[in-house]
Amino acid sequence: MTTRVFVPRDSAARSVGADEVAERITAVAAARGLDVEIVRTGSRGMLWLEPLVEVETARGRVGYGPVEPEQVDGLVGEGMLEGAAPGLGPVEDLDWLRRQQRLTFARVGVVDPRSADDYERHGGIAGLRAALAMGPEAVVDAVVDSGLRGRGGAGFPTGIKWRTVAGAEADVKFVCCNADEGDSGTYADRMLMEGDPFTLLEGMTIAAYATGATEGFVYLRSEYPDAVVAMEAAIEAARARGWLGEHVLGSDLSFDVQVRVGAGAYICGEETAMLESLEGKRGQVRAKPPIPALEGLFGRPTVVNNVITLATVPWVLAHGAEAYAERGVGRSRGTSVFQLAGNVKQGGIVETGFGVTLGELVEGFGGGTASGRPVRAVQVGGPLGAYLPVSRFDVVVGYEEMAAVGAMVGHGGVVVFDDTVDMSRMARFAMEFCAEESCGKCTPCRVGSVRGVEVIDRIRAGQDRDANLALLDDLCELMADGSLCAMGGLTPMPVRSAVEHFGEDFR
Amino acid sequence: MTSGNVADPRAARVREITEARRGLRGPLLPVLHAVNDELGHIEQSDVAVVADVLNLAVAEVHGVVTFYEDFRTEPAGRSTVRICRAEACQAVGSEALADHARGALGVGFGETTDDGRVTLDEVFCLGNCALGPSVQVDGVLRGRVTPARLDAILGDL
Repeated sequence: MTTRVFVPRDSAARSVGADEVAERITAVAAARGLDVEIVRTGSRGMLWLEPLVEVETARGRVGYGPVEPEQVDGLVGEGMLEGAAPGLGPVEDLDWLRRQQRLTFARVGVVDPRSADDYERHGGIAGLRAALAMGPEAVVDAVVDSGLRGRGGAGFPTGIKWRTVAGAEADVKFVCCNADEGDSGTYADRMLMEGDPFTLLEGMTIAAYATGATEGFVYLRSEYPDAVVAMEAAIEAARARGWLGEHVLGSDLSFDVQVRVGAGAYICGEETAMLESLEGKRGQVRAKPPIPALEGLFGRPTVVNNVITLATVPWVLAHGAEAYAERGVGRSRGTSVFQLAGNVKQGGIVETGFGVTLGELVEGFGGGTASGRPVRAVQVGGPLGAYLPVSRFDVVVGYEEMAAVGAMVGHGGVVVFDDTVDMSRMARFAMEFCAEESCGKCTPCRVGSVRGVEVIDRIRAGQDRDANLALLDDLCELMADGSLCAMGGLTPMPVRSAVEHFGEDFR
Repeated sequence: MTSGNVADPRAARVREITEARRGLRGPLLPVLHAVNDELGHIEQSDVAVVADVLNLAVAEVHGVVTFYEDFRTEPAGRSTVRICRAEACQAVGSEALADHARGALGVGFGETTDDGRVTLDEVFCLGNCALGPSVQVDGVLRGRVTPARLDAILGDL
């Protein structure tokens, strides 16, 4: 009998040796005359356990990790390929996974991301089938009722955006997936695209059906070459299955998707800069209005959503808006896909309902720092998000709840720092990053960030500190109020929060 | 127009690459990626060819080439090593790793070693934020890269 062994092909797992482990298992099994099929899945998101090997047994998939290539011989000798060697036990029973609510990430790490059959076997395409049976207006209503909001960071209600596009008249409409996941500490888009790419395509197809769009683009950052390969393979397989192209699933819907690769500009994660880039221009931000829902790509009505937003839509349609909306807190409905990163002991994907506390994420799931030193600061929501101290670990994570403490959910990245961090240096980096990545269109961002670096340098050098701190605050206010987009508008958030919570580092 | 000179094999190839993608919506980035990937960098003379085929102003294409980090205007080394300098990697020592890389190679970010072996670049996030410090070597992601591990990687190039 063939034993199925699962080894991730996710690039994070490969970055610490998953390919070598898979090769070694193949070689050792062959040498012992064992019949083994290696299935390359995505990652379960328990990244500290990578490379994580799973073996199919009568009691479920049994896990081993982290496995070094050199350990494979020994583990096989102890009976790993029968699931008999001591290891992590059945992976689905691991507390870290059981405490989560995996909806968007239900299949990531489980299925073979290259297999359309596997996708369908695990509940894929059910959302699209349900959508086609409901009619476009009912689909929009369902997405509105689910309370789903943009997971890219802005948190705009997805269904309302779709309704606007659906109501617009045009010769052609577009669905653009923003996969320009440039925020440090975030990797959920990448893992979803590498681990379950059909879900994203299904979500885009549902968006197209709901709004009357016929063409889709996935704007994918060039820093993610493995995700590009995964998406292109999935698009090809989806076309072959009739999930994309003319008459999707035999319906009147015609919709196709292509991948467009970014070129190393952080600002292209801003939706209007992304549209400019897709049009073949410099990635410079557009003034809004007009909103992209009315005048987006090539001036046509365009749905612009983040990967996680679109990849959540199939679940909503397959299970109903109510089932999604019953999770969450306040106006933040459903689940959020948090990403634990930086100096964290157990880094990885935590998908759970909004309403979890920051402390539960960092201490409960993350287990504190990797270095073993005390946690000092946590940056939530990417390079434009606030730095929060441990004393704020009781904050409940939701869009409004985070805003109330001067922070944001952003794309759900949680970067942990231990007590060796110099927060004035991190504040300086925030300004430096903005100066480096500003598109240059508006002055507060382009010039303000350069002045910000200079002011922080003076503060760090002990030059006229009080006056320069006051100047820094003025500058932050100007950037926040006067910038055209979130780049310049939110760079003050990490800077001001660092000064507010870690003022001693600026003294 | 010298840009379309068929006697110049590079110009002829750039023209082919561009013409093959002319029918795409918004073809410029795919064209520039293809030129950059196949020919290693984008020369000023390539810009004129691309502009000619796509019926754009040379200035417009030049503006796009220079806006994006990925498009090189001069050849890179035989290998490219990109070190992540974003916050999550900084939290686990990427600044020290960057210093080590600069010291070991004797070049700064954006520079190539004298023997043309390695180009060192910085990058802001490779999406491997739980397994940092992260480095990308010729498109392949490496995680938990200590200075010793970086030395081993550089030794293999």
